[in-house]
Parts: sequence; C-alpha cells; structure tokens
Amino acid sequence: MTNNRRIVDHPVLGKLSDRKEITFTYDGQTYTGYEGDTIASALLANGVRTLRVHEESGKPRGIYCNIGHCFECRVTVNNETGVRACLTEIKDQMVVESGRVLPSPLASTEHDTLPRTYAEFVKQQEEEKGEV
Amino acid sequence: MYDVIIVGAGPAGLSAAITCREWDLHVLVIDEFVKPGGRLLGQLHEEPNGEWWNGIEETKQLMDKAESLNTDIRCGISAHHLEKVKDHHFIVHTNKGNFEAKNLLIATGAAETAAPVPGWTLPGVMSIGAAQVMTNVHRVRVGEKGIVIGVNVLSAAIARELQLAGVNLHSMMLPAMNSVTKEHAHPKKVMDGLSRIAHLAPSAFLRFGSRFTKSDFVRKLATQFYPKSGVKMWGMPIHLRKAVTEINGKDRVESVTVFDITADGKLIKGTERRIEVDFVCIAGGLYPLAELAAVIGLPFQYLEELGGHVPVHNKKMETPIDGVYVAGNITGIESAKVARAQGTVAGLSIAKKHVDGKADLDYRLLKAIEQVKTIRNEATIQFHPHISEGREKIEQAFRRIVHS
Ligand SMILES: Cc1cc2nc3c(=O)[nH]c(=O)nc-3n(C[C@H](O)[C@H](O)[C@H](O)COP(=O)(O)OP(=O)(O)OC[C@H]3O[C@@H](n4cnc5c(N)ncnc54)[C@H](O)[C@@H]3O)c2cc1C
Ligand code: FES
Repeated sequence: MTNNRRIVDHPVLGKLSDRKEITFTYDGQTYTGYEGDTIASALLANGVRTLRVHEESGKPRGIYCNIGHCFECRVTVNNETGVRACLTEIKDQMVVESGRVLPSPLASTEHDTLPRTYAEFVKQQEEEKGEV
Repeated sequence: MYDVIIVGAGPAGLSAAITCREWDLHVLVIDEFVKPGGRLLGQLHEEPNGEWWNGIEETKQLMDKAESLNTDIRCGISAHHLEKVKDHHFIVHTNKGNFEAKNLLIATGAAETAAPVPGWTLPGVMSIGAAQVMTNVHRVRVGEKGIVIGVNVLSAAIARELQLAGVNLHSMMLPAMNSVTKEHAHPKKVMDGLSRIAHLAPSAFLRFGSRFTKSDFVRKLATQFYPKSGVKMWGMPIHLRKAVTEINGKDRVESVTVFDITADGKLIKGTERRIEVDFVCIAGGLYPLAELAAVIGLPFQYLEELGGHVPVHNKKMETPIDGVYVAGNITGIESAKVARAQGTVAGLSIAKKHVDGKADLDYRLLKAIEQVKTIRNEATIQFHPHISEGREKIEQAFRRIVHS
C-alpha cells in the first residue's frame, strides 16, 4: 500500500491486510485501487473528491453520506448512469465517468410569454380573443 | 418462493436470518452495501470494562454463524419497492429483479439527519457517518485537517474514532442556527442533551476513555459558563459557544467561517474568523430509515423518543400487516446490541408461524423479548433519553390499530 491516504496501521483494528490491486479509469485517467474498495473510497484514496457536477448549475459535488442514502455520489459506470459510487465495488478495468451538466429541458425561450398562473392564462386568452 | 426475505444485513437482519435458518426456513437476505454488517461495520467504542466494541469483529461472528447455517446473503442489491400480492405473498422489487416471499422483514436501519450549513455541497463536506465508514471500513483518510459540526453522542464517538486512526480534527462545534438546524444549534439544548446522557448510569459519554472520565467535562457541561477555549476530549476542543456559519471554498472545502454564540445560539457580532480545513463532517443525529415500510402501507407514529417516524409494531416485531416484520433501528434509534437482539425476536416470531407443534418457540420468544429489555437497560450508548417510554407508546399504538 503505497498511498499515504490509506490508514495502514490502526491501534485497535490492526494492520491493513494486503489486497489485490485493481486498475480502473475515471474520466479517462487511470487509477489504482484495492479489491473491496468502493468507487468512492478508491477515488478518495487517490485524492479525488469531486464525483459529479450539479446537472444544471455545474457546481462540483462529492460523497455526502457514503452509505447509499443521499444519492450525491452519482457517477456513470461502464455506460450505466446514476450509479452510487459509495455502494459500488470497484472492479478491474472498470470505466467510471463523473456526472456532467445536462441540457435543461426546462430552460424555455418562451418563458417571458407563457402564463405562469391560471389567472394569467385566462387573461391571455381574453386578450387573444379581443385581438381576433 | 422464500419463506422470508430480509431487507438489510445489519445486526438486526443478520441475527434474524440466523434464527430463521436455525429453524430451517428458506431465507434470502439482501443488502445494498458492498458487504454485510450494516452500520455495525464502522463501530469502534471502548466499553466500560475497557474492552473494545469492534464492529468488524462483531460482524464476522454473525457472518460465521450465518455461513455455518448456509444462509443466502446477497450484497449490492437495493430494494426500492415492496408489494403485497395477497396474504403471505409479497414481492420485493430490486435493481436485480423481483423476489417473492411469504414473509418480509424490513431491517433497513437508520439514516443521518441533515443539518445543512451554507456550503454543504462542496466536495470535502460529508456526514459524520460517512467519515466513520471511510476511516474504519475502507481505511481511507478523509482529509488532512477537519472540523465536526454538531455535538451529540454519535459525533463524539466518531470524532474519537477519527483521532484513533490518526485523522487530525481541529475541533467540534455547533452549526449556526437556522430553520433546519434549530435544536442542534442551541447551546443550552445541546448541553441539556449531553448532560442527560452523562448522568445515565452506564453512559457513552462518561465511558469514552479514562481521560474523558477523569476530566471534569461533564461537570463543566452542566454549567452555563462554557469555557471559551472549549472543553477538551482527548486533546480536541468541543465548543458549545461557537458556531459555523459557512463552509467556504471554490471547488472543495478550504475553510469554515466561525462565530462565537450566546447561550441561546445567537451570533455575537465582531467575533467572526476563518479556520482552514480540508474536510468538514456534519452531524445532525439519526432517524429510522423507513421508506420501504411506508410503501407497503404500514401505519406510522412520530415518537421523539425513538428518533422520528417509526412503523407501528409490537414487542414481537410484528406489524399490523400479517407477514410483515420490522427489527433494528427502523423501529427506533438504539445501539447495535439492541438491534441484534431485536433481530432474534423477529426471527423467532417468523419461525413460530412456520414450525408447527414446537411449543418451545413460545418460550424462546418470551425469553428473547426479555433479552431485548435487559440489553436496552444495560446499553452503554443511548441516543435518546426516555427510550423505554417510546417503546411503550408504540406498543399501545399497535394495540389500538389491531383492535380497531
Ligand atoms: C452512519 C451511522 C453511524 C452509526 N454509528 C453508530 C455507532 O458508532 N455506534 C452505535 O451504537 N450505533 C451507531 N449507529 C446506529 C446503528 O443504526 C445501530 O447501531 C445498528 O447498526 C442498527 O442495526 P440495523 O440492523 O437496524 O441497521 P443497519 O446496521 O443500518 O443495517 C441496515 C442495512 O440495510 C441496508 N439497506 C437499507 N435500505 C436498503 C434497501 N432499500 N435495499 C437493500 N438494503 C438496504 C443497509 O445497506 C444496511 O446494511 C449508526 C448509524 C448510522 C446511520
Ligand atoms: S454518498 Fe450518499 S449515496 Fe453515495
């Protein structure tokens, strides 16, 4: 275990046993982890904290709960999207990609003209009738 | 079709599985984590007798037993829906397909309550439990220097675990008060909570290491005049009169903004300063993780004493839906020993329905229920005061519902 982010010796839990080394890629870059690591733990051991960006704002996000509850750690694994990095065991040759910004289906170019409330809708209808 | 499917391989689910296998039931245990053990895996506390409660060892013992009984335990499977087809025919919907069973045991444990502080989304901010799992289960250092926001039994226990593993903590302090953090941000209430725990005969706080016990921490806690420098636990200051207002950084945690606060949690002007850290742990307490109980239609009761909304159940771990059982922290926040004992009760309740002519089972079930009580009363870790009152209330709720 070469990485100093690993807790190799522990006063109560003892020494970390030797485990098989595993190679995987994250956003095209190659990293190593150990058998039994999750994607999240293997990446953190490599100093990688950012696992995705917010789909709309692009702000970086990492693990929050580390046990599958919060869904903050969504990554793409071998082309499957929305996989929780904290619950997924790293496998040799795994291809992991961070979550990206998505085109926003809600971004409307007509947002100035569309009615926002029923009252506005009725008003627009009346205005249109008046024009006819 | 399985006799029983158990969702969750924590101490509750595993001990229930062992009991069911001892009575030769056809059992499937599923868990979404990478290994069995649940939240037990990360636990590491010093017991009053000086021995360590080592969650990895405790899990191994349960797993050895389960394996010797050829128990089918599958990890990496998430249940997202539970469906009742008809009496004693249930379907568990998972990411790996559907599974059918005559009985269900929901043993999904607890989750951490969020205590959001502006900046919480920055990489490097995590829940205190996340740090526990990284440290003790994955054995990866969460950072070079961190701060814990939120002072409670769990965060103090885990702060100690981080220290043991050589992870550097600057201190523990409160979150700034906002509409979500409320109780966690109020020094007097936090202090009340801690001193309530401190006077419990065997107390987590009192027992956490001899230095802690010898220090006059508990006495100081009880006073209004909390020392400005904090009270030290194993050399690390715990501040009840300082609060973090913001977590700062561009693409990851770089610092936190801290204010002194009054005894009722108001920020004191002019005391603002920054502390450089590269990770932050937020601790807002635990609540029962009970969504699956909700989707199958179990009634709920909100009980502060049990940590939040819990599915209605009785001492035998039965619910108002025949064939659906609950055990462990989904029924209320308590230590792993209690969860494990509850699992045995659930296992015996399920076995009782399927094994005919074994009067012995009634006796064993009674014994197991007694055992839960004994373990509860001897618990070194208690998350909420008045847990027994909470248990009594949920029992009454069960009777009301079943009899109406
Ligand atoms: C982060 C955290 C830290 C804790 N630390 C301590 C501590 O230090 N000391 C202490 O005494 N207590 C601690 N606890 C309390 C803990 O809940 C109990 O000690 C005990 O582990 C409860 O056992 P359980 O079997 O009820 O649940 P758990 O041990 O939580 O096990 C539940 C299992 O169910 C699985 N699961 C949940 N939902 C699903 C689903 N939908 N599909 C498949 N699987 C699912 C989970 O992956 C988990 O493995 C902690 C709790 C949490 C949440
Ligand atoms: S970090 Fe919360 S689900 Fe992975």
